[in-house]
Amino acid sequence: MYQSTDFSLNSKPPGWKARCSSFIDRTFKIWTILPLLFVLIFLVAYPTVQLLRMSVSEVKIVQGKTVWTFVGLKHLYTALEDQIVPVALRNTIVFVIAVVILETILALVIAVLVSRSHHLVGLYRTVFLIPLLIPPVAIGTMWRLMYDYNYGFINQVLALIGIPGPTWTADKNLALPSIILVDLWHWTSFMFLIILAGLESLPQEINEAARVDGASETQVFRFITLPLLKPTLVTAVMLRTIFAFKVFDEIYLLTGGGPGTATEMISLYIYKVFSNQFRMGYASFLALALAIIISVFVIFYRRIGRRLA
Amino acid sequence: MKKKTFGAIFRHGFLLAIVIYTLIPIFFTLGTSLKLFRDIISGSLLFKPTLINYERLLNPSQSNFLRLTSNSLLIAAGTMAVVLVIASLAAYSLSRFNWHPLWNGLIQGIILFIHMMPPVTFLSPLYLISRALNIYDTPIAVIMGHIILTLPTAIWILLDFFAEIPKEIEEASIVDGASHFQSLTQVMLPIIQPGLASAGALTFIFSWRDFLFALSLTTTPRGMTIPVGISSFVQEYSIRYGEMAAGSFFAMIPALLMVAFAQRYIIKGMTMGALKE
Repeated sequence: MYQSTDFSLNSKPPGWKARCSSFIDRTFKIWTILPLLFVLIFLVAYPTVQLLRMSVSEVKIVQGKTVWTFVGLKHLYTALEDQIVPVALRNTIVFVIAVVILETILALVIAVLVSRSHHLVGLYRTVFLIPLLIPPVAIGTMWRLMYDYNYGFINQVLALIGIPGPTWTADKNLALPSIILVDLWHWTSFMFLIILAGLESLPQEINEAARVDGASETQVFRFITLPLLKPTLVTAVMLRTIFAFKVFDEIYLLTGGGPGTATEMISLYIYKVFSNQFRMGYASFLALALAIIISVFVIFYRRIGRRLA
Repeated sequence: MKKKTFGAIFRHGFLLAIVIYTLIPIFFTLGTSLKLFRDIISGSLLFKPTLINYERLLNPSQSNFLRLTSNSLLIAAGTMAVVLVIASLAAYSLSRFNWHPLWNGLIQGIILFIHMMPPVTFLSPLYLISRALNIYDTPIAVIMGHIILTLPTAIWILLDFFAEIPKEIEEASIVDGASHFQSLTQVMLPIIQPGLASAGALTFIFSWRDFLFALSLTTTPRGMTIPVGISSFVQEYSIRYGEMAAGSFFAMIPALLMVAFAQRYIIKGMTMGALKE
């Protein structure tokens, strides 16, 4: 008798709160993905559509309102006649190929040597992590100070041994190599960390067995380590190439694309068209072209990479 | 035996040279930031350290650097919070529920696509969006750009951590009467705390480092970040070396702190994203 109230409570249909939470629980799969979908639609899909639209339009902001004019393939013709586009393209390709090759070789050597340093591995990893986390703008500023004609570190050291230093980033022939040197400082660590992780995941028994059988260190590296490391290298080179196309910050700070067009890069030029000349349509067309170039590279590379690895 | 010692000497010498090459710009910048102008010009190694460059930089009446610092902190923390919530929910959903392979592939494909595309591709569209929403030149606009920049890595890291949790742990909590939400917040998230730390640290530092989005989505100190401030300072006063050095060393501090205290989380996150393919 004294428990009758409890009974009636239990037999009642569940309240809206309970029903609501059970509904959420049953459809939790959807709720958890919704924020990501929102971001993908709002910040990726929509901007991509806008980019496609802009690349065939002239876009102006007049009194706070966006005015669109359809111009078809006009930007393509502009790009074909643009004197800077081929220069920027050539510089970008030279830059990408140079840094990817140099950084891969350098990182491979460093990683192999570090992996044999036993208790010092952690220390090296710590030091080489620093360039990857520092803001690229700070890297650009640091190297501006390093390259400074009068008071820079490099020219001061050269002066000590009696060599008059060049102007580095202001010299038309040295500007691109100077930029590449800064990029080596910044990004070799990235390749190093990946290759070191790859090396550490390799089974050590094979190396030992080969050494017992009388193989020299060079042979172990050439015939065992390198083939096993190939998949890691193939992926690392692809990622590094994709990232190298994005280069912007350091060049913006060190040379701004100059002197003349000696270090003009595609991404830098797109920014200039967008920001200084305020031609959003043309900038979007160039950005789209860059995106296509990178995508084509990735598709081809993966096909070749699969055969290599 | 003799050959072995020669190899070891070469190895240590080579690596030492690389370490010096890596550290010289940083120490040179630190040194310059602690010098008076006359010491910078004389180039001597012996000088009396001074904090005057930092004082000038951080004095609100002489520069807006403090304002930019608070913007940078706000943007990095905001991006980190938003990205962690979105990424941990999404990673939980993708790794724990049976999504159709097509859906899964599509979402993963888009994430890879964002990671590959150069940020300049997003400039004009984001500019228009921030104008339309009336958030141009505010920290919110920059956060928007930084979400694109950091989301892929965060999701990959968390997917990896979720994948390592055995299915039985969550099933047990559901059997015990917990809802999925309770199981996520009270069982799963505490287990993947290292993953959250890793994703959070990387998101923070990538947002702090960014230059391009902050440069193109802001024009005044209302939304500007430290990198933008440094770059305009460098362009305006290319001769004020001391303050230039102080500014860039100041901007490095979070990175140096992370290297010192959180590097194991960061290294794992950085190489994991790369070896994901």
